[in-house]
Amino acid sequence: MAAEALEQLERAARRALLGVFDPELDEPITDLGFVRSIQASNDGRLTVHLRLPTSFCSPNFAYLMASDAKDALTALPGAEEVTVLLDDHHDSDMINRGLAADAGYRGTFGEEAESDLEELRVTFRRKAHTAAMERALTSLLRERPELDEGRLHDVVLGDLPDAPATRALLRRRTALGLGTAPADPVLVDEHGHRYPPGETPLRLRLARAVRISIDGNAHFCRGLLRTRYPESAADQSPRAWEPARATSPKENVS
Amino acid sequence: MYSKDGEDYFIVDAHVALWDARPENQLNVHGKQFIDCFYDYHRNLGPESEHWSYEEFLYYGGERLMKDLFTDGHVDHAIFQPARLGAFYRNGFGQTEESFALAQRHPDKLTYNHCWDPRFEQSGLDQLRRDAERFHLKGVKLYTAEWQGDSRGYKLDDPWTYRYLETCQELGIKNVHIHKGPTIRPLDRDAFDVADVDRAATDFPELNFVVEHCGLPRLEDFCWIATQEPNVHAGLAVAMPFIHTRPRYFAQIIGELLYWLDEDRIQFSSDYALWTPRWLVERFVDFQIPADMTEYPPLTVAQKKKILGLNAAAMYGIDVPTRCAVTEPAVV
Repeated sequence: MAAEALEQLERAARRALLGVFDPELDEPITDLGFVRSIQASNDGRLTVHLRLPTSFCSPNFAYLMASDAKDALTALPGAEEVTVLLDDHHDSDMINRGLAADAGYRGTFGEEAESDLEELRVTFRRKAHTAAMERALTSLLRERPELDEGRLHDVVLGDLPDAPATRALLRRRTALGLGTAPADPVLVDEHGHRYPPGETPLRLRLARAVRISIDGNAHFCRGLLRTRYPESAADQSPRAWEPARATSPKENVS
Repeated sequence: MYSKDGEDYFIVDAHVALWDARPENQLNVHGKQFIDCFYDYHRNLGPESEHWSYEEFLYYGGERLMKDLFTDGHVDHAIFQPARLGAFYRNGFGQTEESFALAQRHPDKLTYNHCWDPRFEQSGLDQLRRDAERFHLKGVKLYTAEWQGDSRGYKLDDPWTYRYLETCQELGIKNVHIHKGPTIRPLDRDAFDVADVDRAATDFPELNFVVEHCGLPRLEDFCWIATQEPNVHAGLAVAMPFIHTRPRYFAQIIGELLYWLDEDRIQFSSDYALWTPRWLVERFVDFQIPADMTEYPPLTVAQKKKILGLNAAAMYGIDVPTRCAVTEPAVV
């Protein structure tokens, strides 16, 4: 394969990995700096190394990201053989063996796996939606101070501004199979149902706790990754929906 | 004791350790991975002026602990919360004999909590009775992601755990500190989930359940169960140093905890030697919710006093000088 073709394959690999998310942090593994290296070789072999903030990150999430990465790369035209390696994790050997053999989740973890990781995925898709809903509604409250919190029950998607937070919410709704029509209500449960009007403040409050948890974890994990692998700082991209203040250097000590 | 602006704060550091992670005590690569992970926490969240060398961090000994906590750290009383990590360290991670000897020498300053593991079944239960007598246990520390043989964790609502909790209740060991970790079989679901704490707290209403790092990374799940269960408390281990790296995030954690729980169920800790208490105490006394975060009321001096010491003192029956008390009692 010519040098240009190799570079093209590596670029395509990076683009493909943009679609692989850390389910817990709800961000692409590329933006988080979890992709350590991408290398294509002359015979069309693609080798990708992943790195995580600690050796003790949850093995189930670690496996999900690594196997999603392998699936995304294997689908690329021109990738003859794909190797994904998770570096420096307490389960690296087990996970890398499982990935190499395409053993699947149960084949990788054996006794420790019961059925599959679908429930785990759904749990975190729901949390991601809840957090996105809170971000959109809280920024609406800040923009329209006259809007009473209790009135959020009636807010529909069409009331939200065309902003990154709104677009992020629409993507999370799609991932959960919820409607995205302008007349659809915003403050809904995981099935798209409105809460009773009296519960609006409580539901917003709970959604805020979810959002704070995810935001906090995202910053903690990014910071730990930079401490563990200083060179990863250059690979991390800011979170799309975040106001500039939250990523100011003062709050980003590593 | 810490005094500022005419106020006296009685300080209880509710989560400290005396560990030995030196290479000669490491059983395998996981012993190194574990302490390296701690060291990254230490460096990532603490101010640079407070960073230790890696050598110091591996083992620091009792003398240094006394200095960091009591001479320099403003702490009046500290509670050992040892993690055994028997699959990673030859003589365990938390040093039982050394910590207990220190607590015996300074009973006014140190309380020794011990750990148990329900997977030792009957023999562990017998050991718990002997330990309760020897250490005069008022509390225990449980690390639910401890590895043991093929098992890499247990839950609080497992049948054997319930037998241990029944025994704690019988022996008057009232305070159960829970540290959640990521490896619990089956790996299918979220291992940080605190639903098992909810069930145990309902079934053992006489016990206090202190969830360390206030349920992080699942603050929302923790807050939700803590609103339902009056005997569930928040330990601030690991959450505290965010006061330095991410003060706005710290404000939100404290704001949420005060909203969902109340000011009587939140306990300060430095998680020593992950961090040292001096700067944490000083920063917390100076801390205020940013003015633009109108969703949270400002922190009061009484709330800070309770969080920094009065709440844990009440839970452990530690005497507090009258001048440090707040007008309304902090009851458990």
